[in-house]
Amino acid sequence: MIFVTIGSMFPFDRMIRAMDAWVLAEGQGEEVLAQIGAGDYEPRHMEWVRKLDRPAYGAAIRRSRLVVAHAGVGSIVTAGENGRPIVVLPRRAHLGEHTSDHQVETVGWLREKPWVHVADDEAALPGRIAAAIAASAAGERMGRTADPAFIDRIRRFIAG
Amino acid sequence: MRKVMAVASGGGHWVELRRIMPAFAGTDVFYVSTEAAADADLAPARYYAVTNVTRKSHFAFAHTIREIWRIVRAERPEVVVTTGAAPGFVAVVLAKLLCRSRTVWIDTVAHTEGMTLSGRLARPFADAWLVQWPHLARPGGPEYWGAVL
Repeated sequence: MIFVTIGSMFPFDRMIRAMDAWVLAEGQGEEVLAQIGAGDYEPRHMEWVRKLDRPAYGAAIRRSRLVVAHAGVGSIVTAGENGRPIVVLPRRAHLGEHTSDHQVETVGWLREKPWVHVADDEAALPGRIAAAIAASAAGERMGRTADPAFIDRIRRFIAG
Repeated sequence: MRKVMAVASGGGHWVELRRIMPAFAGTDVFYVSTEAAADADLAPARYYAVTNVTRKSHFAFAHTIREIWRIVRAERPEVVVTTGAAPGFVAVVLAKLLCRSRTVWIDTVAHTEGMTLSGRLARPFADAWLVQWPHLARPGGPEYWGAVL
């Protein structure tokens, strides 16, 4: 199952439309569930809900093999902790999708993580979804511990 | 062997602390959190449970301060590492004042647009005052050393 989430109630129709188009074009036979919040666009080719409560959200992530989400930290952390690869599309302020472009900054730093796949715009989504599924099949997961360089820096501080 | 107090509230903060546990290898580490029982894999490290606090309950907060005071006095940690929130703040303050411990505040990765309230309050007591997002680091302000992700 592919779980699509906009992460909050704040609409993100650009992503929902793009995913609906992806299901029609490429995702036939794949179970897709979208959490669309307060968006105006109602998907025609995938199952959708407005909002999931926390237990249902966690269950959807665990049931999925791939998460496609806005570039929100909550979605990224939850996917990572559950060992699920994630494709993220940053919300853009000039399209009215958020109050600032901080999600663009978020993805700038996450780009190097092998389990995070960044689609800079909706046109890049299909390619990133294919790459994420391939990387996942190759065993790329969030590691069980923090970034080794970070751990090393804390270890050196402790040693004093 | 350095004595390290590793402290975090339960839930997400604890998950973040667990992800830096390899940094405590080769130290005399003990853990403090708000879950009644220790995770099965923490042993042989010592584990202390403290009362969970929310900003709404002043009584519980006073109780938690007393509990952490007792732990700090008994253990006298040389270093405190915390990923927040309220119990971590209390630990950093008390260990700094009572034991002159060296302290590390790691603000939660869940905050991307600024530091948490506990994190801002911890500043005068934190020797390493860290954020987990590069764009939140400032010269003379919080530092970015990396992230638990």
